[in-house]
Amino acid sequence: MEALNLNVIVFYLAAGLAIAGAFLMVWQKNPVASALYMLLSIVSQAVLYLQLDALFVGAVLIIVYAGAIVTLFLFVIMLLNLRGEDLVNPSAGPKRYVKLIISGVVGAELVYLLVESTGIGTHLTKLDSAIANFGDVKPVAELLYSKYLYGFEITSILLLVAIVGAVILARREPGEN
Amino acid sequence: MNLSGANIDFTLLLPEISLAICGFAILLLGVTKRGKDFGFGLGLFGLIAALAFTVQQWGTLETGFFGMVTKDGFSSLYNIIFLLAGIISLLIAQTYLRAKKIDKPEYYALVLFSILGMMVMASSYDLIIIFIGLEIMSIPLYVLAGFHRFNPKSNEAGIKYFIIGAFASGFLLYGIALVYGAGATTDLRLIAANYHSMAQQAPLLLYAGVALILIGFGFKVGAVPFHMWAPDVYQGAPTPVTAFFSVGPKAAGFAALMRILDFGFDSMDEIQSVLWILAVLTMAVGNILALFQDNIKRMLAYSSIAHAGYILVALTVGGEGAVASGLYYLLGYTFFNLGAFAILTILDTRDGTDSRFSELTGMASRHPFLATLLAIFMFSLAGFPPTAGFFGKLYIFSGAVEGGFIWLAIIGVMTSFVSVYYYLRVVVACFFTKADHPFQQVAMNPYLALALIITAVGALGLGLFPSSWIDLSRQAFASFL
Repeated sequence: MEALNLNVIVFYLAAGLAIAGAFLMVWQKNPVASALYMLLSIVSQAVLYLQLDALFVGAVLIIVYAGAIVTLFLFVIMLLNLRGEDLVNPSAGPKRYVKLIISGVVGAELVYLLVESTGIGTHLTKLDSAIANFGDVKPVAELLYSKYLYGFEITSILLLVAIVGAVILARREPGEN
Repeated sequence: MNLSGANIDFTLLLPEISLAICGFAILLLGVTKRGKDFGFGLGLFGLIAALAFTVQQWGTLETGFFGMVTKDGFSSLYNIIFLLAGIISLLIAQTYLRAKKIDKPEYYALVLFSILGMMVMASSYDLIIIFIGLEIMSIPLYVLAGFHRFNPKSNEAGIKYFIIGAFASGFLLYGIALVYGAGATTDLRLIAANYHSMAQQAPLLLYAGVALILIGFGFKVGAVPFHMWAPDVYQGAPTPVTAFFSVGPKAAGFAALMRILDFGFDSMDEIQSVLWILAVLTMAVGNILALFQDNIKRMLAYSSIAHAGYILVALTVGGEGAVASGLYYLLGYTFFNLGAFAILTILDTRDGTDSRFSELTGMASRHPFLATLLAIFMFSLAGFPPTAGFFGKLYIFSGAVEGGFIWLAIIGVMTSFVSVYYYLRVVVACFFTKADHPFQQVAMNPYLALALIITAVGALGLGLFPSSWIDLSRQAFASFL
């Protein structure tokens, strides 16, 4: 009973932090703070996945979102060299409601789809077999190296092209300042 | 693990593999001092090898790699379009790149990889593979648009195309996710088979998903109202890249759209009215805004938007006849549009040019042959007989009338009458306008001449023997039904 209680407490804590982080991310004026609140929200979501025994999904969430995407955001913010006065400009007033409205609409859409669409419920039953080892590495690997072999292989070309493209645009030519 | 039916058959992928190998070879050789000069030759070799393998695959119908790769007549015809566009744009590129001092081997590798992505897109029934193909196609194009690094306009084109393209990818991916939510599959064959049960169980997800997919591809093919990036990107990108832009990604977008809308969601009737509106808007806005352009590249950008509208008409009508006429039109468009851009590239190779209409004056007396060819391409774009443009429009609009879309056909014909004005403006500037200063000589070389010959023969050949080509397109389309 005690273990269950602990689980419930952790769940509510992580869920609350995830929602609060997401809300503050949208609400914040300072983009750096926004990115850090996003980090908070993602780490809390990863905790929720860990509670579901979905170790793989939790780890991927931290590596991809917290590791790669938030870092990318911070890099971009630093590269743009935003100063304090740029961040707190008077035009930010009405704009912050725009972003709230957009995130509100997307959020409402997700809730509506979750509650109303009967389709989701019926298709979840199809996932029963997958749920047995949900979030494990093995089923992912099995699909990746069989059904999605072709997609996996051509993704390597996609990555190569992205690297080559970035180098072409960023490389300094000999004799160039 | 059950591997039966997997059919891991690499001969299916020979065209893609030959492009990939040549692309890698160009990149590897580009590191050495001498190897830099092999870019053009290797690129051309890879494209021709891929074309040979594709022609060899014509008429086969085979799926492989767990059903992820499908080689049928449809994919073969589209692959031929991509490869032809690649070959022609490569032939005209080298002279231009040398003149602008941006002749780097990576250019050719990027073109090859981009075409590889288009071929991946056209040869799959799976939405995930189509998406990966789209990304392999787009990322090299972002870089190519900004390839002229010291030209601010080229930079602007690259950034603009990148941001809009990333947006489009986001829409598309969200749409695919919603469709997956409705049917628990990304395989278009399963979606087509189970469409009615999916539509009953989760109509909202399905409609939202298809709408988002349509928006994603709308950006890629340049359909109004998702077209606003096109003029700036077309104008800013290096001219041979613009030539490639105006055909390659557009054709690839339509390849995916035809597979998705005419096969996967063939039973979704509501999509027809959406496409109707898109087609009318695209034809009208493209043709009308093209009237007011002073820059030929911008004019051709709006013209390519309008041409996407004509093909959308074919998609709206749907069914074998209409889509086959859309395919025929796309094939003809590849030739005459690339021909027009080839001449524009030749003109832009000179110093201090900005592809304005006024720069064309006096061309006819200095280069009568080039001016005549330009006139032929313009007549073809405008749809005069006996060019491919005329028969393409004839098939598309008569198909629309037969399918009961009389208003669509009327609007289409009316907007294409408007287009005659701005295409003839080019001809008038070449032939009938007095030059106040002498026309600056252009340099020809065998590659440019070859590109002009291929495009002229294609534009006229498709127009002189339309029935055999339309049969070919019909066969191609029939292969995926």
